[in-house]
Amino acid sequence: MSGFVTSAVSIFFDGLAYAMLLFVISVGLSITMGLMGFVNLAHGAFAMAGGYVTVACMNMLGVPFIPALVLAFFFVAIMSIPLERLLYAPLYKAGELDQVLMSIGITFMAIAGVTLIFGPNPPAIVLPEFLKGQIDLGFKTFPTYRFFMIVVGFVMAIALWLGFERTIIGAKIRAAVDNRQMAQAVGIDVDKLFILTFALGSGLAGVGGGLAIDIVGISPTFAFNYLVLFLIVVAVGGLGSLRGAFLAAIVLGVIDTAGKYLWPEGGAFFIYVVTVAVLLIRPDGFFGKGASQ
Amino acid sequence: MTTKVYDAENPVVFLRDRTRWHWAEALPWIVAVAIFFLQPITLNLGVQILITIIFALSLDLILGYGGVVTLGHAAYFGAGAYVTGMLSAHLGWNEPISGLLAGATVAGAFGFATGWILLRYHGLALLMLTLALGIMMAELANVTEVWTGGFDGLSGIVIDPIFGIFENDLWRRNYYWYSLIATFFVFLACRRIVNSAFGRSLVGIRENTERMRAIGSPVHLRLVTIYTISAFMAGIAGALFAQVNAYVTLDVLSFARSGTILIVLVLGGTGRLYGAFVGALVYILVEDELAKEYPAYWELGLGFVLVLTALFFRQGLLGALESFVRFCKRLKA
Repeated sequence: MSGFVTSAVSIFFDGLAYAMLLFVISVGLSITMGLMGFVNLAHGAFAMAGGYVTVACMNMLGVPFIPALVLAFFFVAIMSIPLERLLYAPLYKAGELDQVLMSIGITFMAIAGVTLIFGPNPPAIVLPEFLKGQIDLGFKTFPTYRFFMIVVGFVMAIALWLGFERTIIGAKIRAAVDNRQMAQAVGIDVDKLFILTFALGSGLAGVGGGLAIDIVGISPTFAFNYLVLFLIVVAVGGLGSLRGAFLAAIVLGVIDTAGKYLWPEGGAFFIYVVTVAVLLIRPDGFFGKGASQ
Repeated sequence: MTTKVYDAENPVVFLRDRTRWHWAEALPWIVAVAIFFLQPITLNLGVQILITIIFALSLDLILGYGGVVTLGHAAYFGAGAYVTGMLSAHLGWNEPISGLLAGATVAGAFGFATGWILLRYHGLALLMLTLALGIMMAELANVTEVWTGGFDGLSGIVIDPIFGIFENDLWRRNYYWYSLIATFFVFLACRRIVNSAFGRSLVGIRENTERMRAIGSPVHLRLVTIYTISAFMAGIAGALFAQVNAYVTLDVLSFARSGTILIVLVLGGTGRLYGAFVGALVYILVEDELAKEYPAYWELGLGFVLVLTALFFRQGLLGALESFVRFCKRLKA
């Protein structure tokens, strides 16, 4: 096969793995921001926390990789509930500025806490045998872990889609995203929904943090370094939209990978151009509900 | 403060009263001069504080008065820094005052061009657009290495002595005054702007945009005007930064800088100009004490203070002080 096609395929493949990572982490942020209108800059910190829980479980307690990811999900999800009640809930009606500051504050504290416990350097984990190595597709080999990431991303997207479209809770969440007051008026306990979705979204970010260790690596500053990417996936996809987050993650993930592959020094420039262009034309993103303008 | 009833027919009296100087307003300048002579802190740190004050004042105009939340204000700081730096490094334009004004003018023009588009949006879209624009500028500076020096930074900046006499000495003696005078002019301009009829209309837009539109205020034009002025002032801060350090790195455009200046201003108190002074002084001093030796504890403390500020002290340090004074007065009465 010609060199051009080979590179194109490998860019798309790497981009897709990266996109699925972005999706897993961002989707929770999208749903909570859509539901509560809260600009949560601490979402990156939740992902980082999940990554470190995975590291701690594997390296200190000897838990295998997959169960460690599950533990990361529950740890971050449960930890986020008191945070939501104590710190987020009082600011639902406040302006964006207060929300931004409060969640930046949480992020700073999380970074400091993790640095104090684990040190500033990125930790390493040993992947299980079945995720190591390469898969040979005949014309080129690809890392098995990236395949795993893509599969996990698609499975989660399908599971979330089923959860939203085919269950009562999902219907309630969709109703509350569309029109919170109307949902409340027909007897949906929106407060309880908030807690549930916040915990779910944070837990997914935690899993994403664990999955990120072998793709982009985590360190305490992960919380800020990748936050911007998660935020633009949410904004470009449209708040509260599952398919928006999925599509935006793929578009941005593939463009970012292609940019960095083809033009290593300046490749990061492209996704911001795309982001600005999309938001200028569609301020509410691909599938937003039209609240921004 | 006694409440005085104003005649609606004659708003000039109201505006004039607001513009009158209070004796306490001399305080920051006395402190600034005292710092020069007593040097409780190094003048280099003093210059950093002054530059931060100018930058925070510029943000206060749009955030505290116009009500525009931005996560990308470093774009204008960086524009000022790079333009002033590049004029000297590439074109040999080494005269400091015109170099500073040139940097600020380009930053202002950039503010006008971007503000014209950005300020049509609000809410999350605006927040994300300012964020993306800021990072885009940093990436752009990174790839245009030929002009900006890219990742290695822009070196080769040589600034002539001010008026041909005052050099940038190692102890920043002259540059302390240079920055202080710049700060004073910027502050005078800000004070004049916020106490004018134009400034009041900005507060109106912040409080209720729809109503301002309904009474016929050209909201977009007003916001673009203040945004341009704000970008110009941020450009002054950036240009000063470039001249003082004779070196510019990508750091001037970073998201961290946009975030930090927001934190500085909010900690001091928004919408009151002096919040910029208090915030910059406290933030830079504490950071200087803590950040080098105990970076993790500094971040932990900063985070904690931010959470507390957002939840309980939304008016910042000055706002808390004001409430405290009001509380004491009520106890006395």
